[in-house]
Amino acid sequence: MDITFQDASYFAQTWGLLYLFGLFMIVLVYALWPRNKKKFDAAAQIPLEEKD
Amino acid sequence: MNLLWIAFSIIGAIVGLLLSAKAVDQGMMIHGMTFAIASVIAAYALISQHYNSRPAVVDQSGGPDYNLAIVKYGVIASMFWGVVGFLVGVVIAFQLSFPVLNLDLPWTTFGRLRPLHTSAVIFAFGGNVLLATSFHVVQRTCRTRLAGTFSPWFVFWGYQLFIVLAASGYVLGITQGKEYAEPEWYVDIWLTLVWVVYLMVFLATLWKRQEKHIYVANWFYLAFIITVAMLHVVNALAIPVSLTGVKSYSLFAGVQSALTQWWYGHNAVGFFLTAGFLGIMYYFIPKRVNRPVYSYRLSIIHFWALIFLYIWAGPHHLHYTALPDWSQTLGMTFSIMLWMPSWGGMINGLMTLSGAWDKLRTDPVVRFLVTSVAFYGMSTFEGPLMSIKEVNALSHYTDWTIGHVHSGALGWVAYISFGALYFLAPVVWKRKSLYSDKLVSWHFWISTIGILLYITAMWVSGIMQGLMWRAYDAFGFLEYSFSETVEAMHPFYVIRALGGVLFLIGSLIMVYNLWRTAKGDVRSEEKDELILNPEVAVAR
Repeated sequence: MDITFQDASYFAQTWGLLYLFGLFMIVLVYALWPRNKKKFDAAAQIPLEEKD
Repeated sequence: MNLLWIAFSIIGAIVGLLLSAKAVDQGMMIHGMTFAIASVIAAYALISQHYNSRPAVVDQSGGPDYNLAIVKYGVIASMFWGVVGFLVGVVIAFQLSFPVLNLDLPWTTFGRLRPLHTSAVIFAFGGNVLLATSFHVVQRTCRTRLAGTFSPWFVFWGYQLFIVLAASGYVLGITQGKEYAEPEWYVDIWLTLVWVVYLMVFLATLWKRQEKHIYVANWFYLAFIITVAMLHVVNALAIPVSLTGVKSYSLFAGVQSALTQWWYGHNAVGFFLTAGFLGIMYYFIPKRVNRPVYSYRLSIIHFWALIFLYIWAGPHHLHYTALPDWSQTLGMTFSIMLWMPSWGGMINGLMTLSGAWDKLRTDPVVRFLVTSVAFYGMSTFEGPLMSIKEVNALSHYTDWTIGHVHSGALGWVAYISFGALYFLAPVVWKRKSLYSDKLVSWHFWISTIGILLYITAMWVSGIMQGLMWRAYDAFGFLEYSFSETVEAMHPFYVIRALGGVLFLIGSLIMVYNLWRTAKGDVRSEEKDELILNPEVAVAR
């Protein structure tokens, strides 16, 4: 079975789009989820809390 | 462990000698010998260290015993290769203005010196900055010593050997002919070895971290290391003609080869020159202005969006070629979408200063860091613009591309590196401050004028060149011959070369300043007003 240009183009324009958009939504939800806020605020302080 | 590394060095020396003795061409003879000499030096250093082992220095403070020595070496190597790379850049800029400077010798022609310049600034200067800063940042944000005793040193020295082999190869005429991937097969294999150990050192340090969360800068560094490994291995796939000769043939041919090359080439920009240096931004800007990053949430979105989009943007280098039209459009679309994460990142970097904007006036190191982020925003705006097919029809193959690349390379990559180096030197050499803040300011203004001369000259000459190429007369003939465009560009070539000279002078000022800083000197006129190294300031 050979993959034609049509197949590749169809795959990219449907499943490829859904895959990347889905990933983006997951990232967005993870980053903006209210419960994670405290964790991220603490993480942002990591470089500033160093002691020698 | 020491014995194992000594054994490796001896094997390396034997392999190098054999390659050199059996070499079918002059290049392999020289490179085999170089490799053998480097291995002998490594074996000597390891053996003498084994017999001179000093008692371990016990850290009194109780904090993690960070590996500072490797960062110091990285800072020195960055400065050295930076000056070399800028100098070769100035030389080839003058060669373009005055072709007599090619000297009519094969080793000094533009064609051989140009990859020497690009590799020296990207891989030697940029690579060493990334090595030094990544080793510093991963230790600090994981609050643990860098993993491995000898392996970080193998990464450092192995990478320097890679640079020497690659650079000497270009001058001798050894090249794969792939842009930014010129080194031949045996140098590619060596780099792969070094890079895998680099990844292991980085991962092992993350693994034993004392901090629950992996700070975002490390995510960017990790993406840089992994993706560069993948790009390098795939693009360098080749069959050598002889195991004792330099020449090889790529596994790819025709349009597949072109696509693979620009998948590699554009992601070298995306992951080497962007993701890696964003790691620098996310650590050094908060550190220098003593404020957390503007939005940690935005940094997460920035990271994932950037790495998932960048990997598809390469085909925009092949507009109007044999590459299927659909793939060209795909490359263009992804390049335009990259506007979002790029500008998200820029906003995140700049807004970290909110409430501390006065530092832009008072702290010249902050000036470097902030200007670099502004240049990042500018060149990531220009890049997607140039990836649009209609714009690309005018810009491609002209000096506009060179101008674009240098606004990113000089403005973004070099400036964020300078800022990081100015920050690092007092920290790793444990000095209260830099030798002089005034000299940092001089460096900033001299090199900024240099960049402006460079990029404006290239914009004008590039757009002029593109317009001259496409000009038709009333009868449908081309209006200008190629040599007429070259003649018209000459003044801009000279301006560009002068801009390069200013940038080089700036970097020499930095080398002097950091050398005095490492020695522990303080410029007496500025003694009372120098900005304190934050770590010393905290300890008081």
